[in-house]
Amino acid sequence: MSTQVHADQFIDAKGQMCPMPILTLKKAWKDVAVGQIVAIAATDQGAKRDIPTWAEVMGATVLEMTEEQGVLTFYLQKVA
Amino acid sequence: MAIATTDKKRVTLTLDMEESIRERVDELTAGRIEQLVRERVDEALKKDPAKRKVAIIASKGTLDMAYPPLILATAAAALDMEVELFFTFYGLNIIKKGEADKLQVAPIANPAMPVPMPNIIGMLPGMTPAATWMMKNLYFGKHHVATIGELLEQCKELGVKLIACQMTMDVLGFKREELLDEVEVAGAATFLAFAREAHTTLFI
Repeated sequence: MSTQVHADQFIDAKGQMCPMPILTLKKAWKDVAVGQIVAIAATDQGAKRDIPTWAEVMGATVLEMTEEQGVLTFYLQKVA
Repeated sequence: MAIATTDKKRVTLTLDMEESIRERVDELTAGRIEQLVRERVDEALKKDPAKRKVAIIASKGTLDMAYPPLILATAAAALDMEVELFFTFYGLNIIKKGEADKLQVAPIANPAMPVPMPNIIGMLPGMTPAATWMMKNLYFGKHHVATIGELLEQCKELGVKLIACQMTMDVLGFKREELLDEVEVAGAATFLAFAREAHTTLFI
């Protein structure tokens, strides 16, 4: 699956297990400007639920999620 | 006769119009009410500090039982929640300097080990280190789960407040300087003062 979404920043959380992907995301998030898009790649299958949940709680928009050979990539936009 | 027909037509039109007006008004009102309610609820929830607080007690000092409080504490911090982690009894071992990655898991009286071991074998010398080695290397390590030390480091970075229980420190002989520098020392009242304002309170 390919995507048309352009990410301003790419976070590689591949190989990280729960709860590390959201910790990595959270730490990177504070430097993300409103409107910017962050792509995060994870191999922890729990991230399939956890990253959208994190986004919902944090008020981020999940623009797209792709899955390729066990790698989940989420495109998140900082709304506020 | 002709007049009557015209009247009838007008009446029908009016009813249709009324119907469509009502439908549109209902639609708009429903949307607006939903929006207003959501705004009010969001506002109220923002004012509810308890929703964003997590109070966790870590009372166990084994490798397996050190994970849940640290995983939940760091995950909560990643969700922008304010977290206090209170270490009491054997949980103090988790925050003892140099001890985090020396925690062990005992196979004795633990029928749920990945490789179950009869108690009579689990009691033999060397079985606890062996089970710990297996747990670390063949299970957690193999799946690249963060170590206890790494999770403590994450707690520090994410601002999770670590509190050591004074009373159990005294009873079990933990000195302040033996514990991690970022740890605060306090009693039950300090934990409860925070926990009473936290919707999420866990005893592990």
